[in-house]
Amino acid sequence: MKEVPDASAPKRMDPHTFRLDRSVPGALNDFDTHALEEALRIGEQEGDGEVVALLMGPPKAADSLRKALAVGADRAVHVADDALVGSDLIATSRTLAKAIERESPDLVVFGQQAADSDGAVLWAAVADRLRLPIISQAASLELADGKAKVKRQTEYGYDVIEAPLPCVVAVSDAINEPRYPSLKGIMGAKKKPQDSVTTADLGLGSEEVGETGSRTEVYAVGEPPPRGESRRIEDNGDAAEAILEYLAEKKLI
Amino acid sequence: MPTLVYVEDHKGEPVNGSLGVLSKAAKLGDDVAAVLCGSGVEGLAEHVGKYGAARVLVADDPALEAPLPQPRVDVLAKLVKSEGFDTVLFGASVLTADVAAGLAARLDAGLNWDLIDLEEQDGKLVGKRPALQDSVLLDVGWKSEPRLALIRSGTFEPVESGGAAEVTKVPVEVEDWSKQAVMLERAHEESEGPSIEDAEVIVAGGRGLGKPENFSLVEGLAKALGGAVAATRAVVDAGWYPYASQVGQTGKTVAPKLYIACGISGAIQHKVGMQGSGTIVAINKDPNAPIFEYSDLGVVGDVHEIVPKLTELVKAKRGG
Ligand SMILES: Cc1cc2nc3c(=O)[nH]c(=O)nc-3n(C[C@H](O)[C@H](O)[C@H](O)COP(=O)(O)OP(=O)(O)OC[C@H]3O[C@@H](n4cnc5c(N)ncnc54)[C@H](O)[C@@H]3O)c2cc1C
Ligand SMILES: Nc1ncnc2c1ncn2[C@@H]1O[C@H](COP(=O)(O)O)[C@@H](O)[C@H]1O
Repeated sequence: MKEVPDASAPKRMDPHTFRLDRSVPGALNDFDTHALEEALRIGEQEGDGEVVALLMGPPKAADSLRKALAVGADRAVHVADDALVGSDLIATSRTLAKAIERESPDLVVFGQQAADSDGAVLWAAVADRLRLPIISQAASLELADGKAKVKRQTEYGYDVIEAPLPCVVAVSDAINEPRYPSLKGIMGAKKKPQDSVTTADLGLGSEEVGETGSRTEVYAVGEPPPRGESRRIEDNGDAAEAILEYLAEKKLI
Repeated sequence: MPTLVYVEDHKGEPVNGSLGVLSKAAKLGDDVAAVLCGSGVEGLAEHVGKYGAARVLVADDPALEAPLPQPRVDVLAKLVKSEGFDTVLFGASVLTADVAAGLAARLDAGLNWDLIDLEEQDGKLVGKRPALQDSVLLDVGWKSEPRLALIRSGTFEPVESGGAAEVTKVPVEVEDWSKQAVMLERAHEESEGPSIEDAEVIVAGGRGLGKPENFSLVEGLAKALGGAVAATRAVVDAGWYPYASQVGQTGKTVAPKLYIACGISGAIQHKVGMQGSGTIVAINKDPNAPIFEYSDLGVVGDVHEIVPKLTELVKAKRGG
């Protein structure tokens, strides 16, 4: 799970480092709440399933992990280290693969995408490092007989794919309706184990992660091609009229 | 700059997105090879060769029958090493995103994604990547070779440059763990539903409608405007509306004169399917929804209130 800038926070690239400014308030990546929900559902179905929330991110991202615990995760692992700053896909997948290996889970669930990077690729890099089967874009997930069965959409319709456990599954945001934390959950979260792990704990040298461990870079931050003027209105009961007027003005009606 | 372009195929044809990337690569340099990975794909090689590749490499093996990523990573990893490609390009799709990221990990190579252009600046390859909901445009690059890139779908048009490519078969060896995921059912097309590609007006609904029954609101407005109904992947995946109506990266690409988005957040993967629309109107109760970044008229409000009222107004206007 990832912490991303809160949707209401102004998002900007730092003009010096060309990295996303992460000093703004953060929130748990919405897409990952679906991954957690799916893991909780499976844990409940299996009866004794333990759900571990794993997050790599700065110290303040501990708040997002606590939210995962409040919602129902049994345990949290926070990979936090100054050396990780500036990690790209290669460095991030290396770090997460090591952290996942330590847990030797039966199932690894990813979200659909990180709302700040829109990569929607990380799982495949992690799965390759773990030498585990990967199924992405899961719109449904069933576990039976030691196998995961997934229905997923591609450009051509729906595939049904199966893989033996352990495996990696990345879920679509339509797979479920994530639950909200209860008051009891919020109170109980503080008592649940929340481990903080460094790169050294994972057996990684500082040159293997962060900027030095990365293979991509950003040279410049520019403006996108300009768009035409755009109008914004708030509904005070007369939005329908305003839309109709606009359509008439544009000769669209 | 020996460049390899991955050419995806579907139903016995190379897909347009891949051919577009191949054409672009051929414009950037001469040393361009295309690779086909599948079962019974050798026959496509000649056709692919017309889009600027000097060579077409063919990995043809039953192990590559299903469009699954991991066997393809095995093939490409060996190929990139043995042939010394320093650049590997993919037209983005559900399949190639996973192939590219797996290959990046295997080769310890940098991957830049969602690129909308590639250019050479002072001998250096530079990619253009829109970020933060397309509000900034980044110049991105690679610190080492090979350089891997996923190009946003629909970015480059295929251009036939004629010429014949040299066709070579390449060996296929697949790792054990790459064989574990198996395709039970493939590309089950749920194509019921009207065609939306030619509609002049589209009213689209997303998860903000709250429940499947509320699609009737969208249908009512579409009918009043004489338009078609579209949907997001979120509601198609959830079974609220048929796949044939989906707009976006894995759905249809549409360009009506008017596109009204109701309860749609406006994710990039949705945007790529409708950004060519003449006028975009969005109704969303969240003032921070990304869709407002690219709508001509953004309305912050509740679809349940606004859409029925608008439908009545349109009916009255068009009727009178
Ligand atoms: C590889 C890949 C391919 C994809 N392909 C596609 C594709 O082809 N097409 C596609 O659409 N998506 C695609 N997606 C998914 C995409 O990323 C989004 O998850 C999806 O578009 C979200 O759909 P949505 O806007 O309906 O739902 P949400 O993102 O949940 O948005 C719902 C919106 O409704 C608003 N809302 C809620 N209640 C109300 C109300 N009462 N009134 C007004 N507004 C309200 C909310 O504020 C929110 O903004 C793809 C993703 C990936 C990773
Ligand atoms: N820093 C991180 N820590 C843990 N998981 C992450 C992190 N970044 C991304 N992920 C997971 O990878 C998924 C895809 O991310 P991305 O490929 O960056 O869009 C997310 O939905 C998360 O499940």
